[in-house]
Amino acid sequence: MPLDSNFTRFVEVGRVVLLKTGPYAGHIAVIAEIIDHNRAIIDGPTTGVPRQAFPYRHLTLTSLAVPKLPRSAGSGTVKKYVEEAGTVAKWESSAWAKRRAAAEKRRTLSDFERFQVMIHKKSRRDKVRKAVKAAKA
Amino acid sequence: MGLTEYQVVGRHLPTENEPNPKIYRMRIFAPNEVVAKSRFWYFLRQLKKVKKANGEIIGVNVIHEKRPLKVKNFGIWIRYDSRSGTHNMYKEFRELTRADAVKSLYQDMAARHRARFRSIHILRVVEVEKTEDIRRPYIKQLLEPGLRFPLPHRVGKARSTFVAHRPSTF
Repeated sequence: MPLDSNFTRFVEVGRVVLLKTGPYAGHIAVIAEIIDHNRAIIDGPTTGVPRQAFPYRHLTLTSLAVPKLPRSAGSGTVKKYVEEAGTVAKWESSAWAKRRAAAEKRRTLSDFERFQVMIHKKSRRDKVRKAVKAAKA
Repeated sequence: MGLTEYQVVGRHLPTENEPNPKIYRMRIFAPNEVVAKSRFWYFLRQLKKVKKANGEIIGVNVIHEKRPLKVKNFGIWIRYDSRSGTHNMYKEFRELTRADAVKSLYQDMAARHRARFRSIHILRVVEVEKTEDIRRPYIKQLLEPGLRFPLPHRVGKARSTFVAHRPSTF
């Protein structure tokens, strides 16, 4: 294993992954064991993802990893390590997760709520412009 | 379409000479019960003097994997009829179930040798438990401790057919 690599995200035991498809799309899980070059066993005891084999094609590697997770750890052990590392909280506070949540929220808005957003944005724009004008003068 | 592992039990029909014929049991990988029974007769008539016409099937059961969430390394011995002769082979697969391993064996044989289902006999499927007993380098490389690898060249979905910038694939 070459330790110095230009890559920063690896398929490895403990890597936190974001699922792109399937019934758990949008959830995060942890790689518990690598099966081969195409699939891994993932587990998300704290995020509602049951233990399953999952292809790399349908997931994205995140920059988070659960440190020192033993290979092929059971769901209980995975849960312990994930809670210890505070992985879910770290994910929730990441810009990526926040952006995803915001996009998801926007998608569920009704027509009137979209209108309200437009009004809020207009008022923000107005304030910013006035402040810039005052600062310039 | 996946394969299922079946246990097929059958025997010769009782005759006056042999009122209690020997019972034979086979573990057969097949897509369904019908094919499993057919394969049972195919193998039995090659091995013993029993045909479907003078035999009976006592039972067909599905053999379920005991631990379908544990990653195992399987060694599979096969006999394969190529276009020019018959060969024995040993291959290794890293899968979750025996049936999955046999399914990937058929896929692998179809890919590398254009072999059909009918030209392959599965002789033995064994779980290789010790790492040092693994013979094939393509499985060995997955067993080294601290294994990690990047996923280079990831092609994302473009928002539209025409975009201003080339996709970033890393």
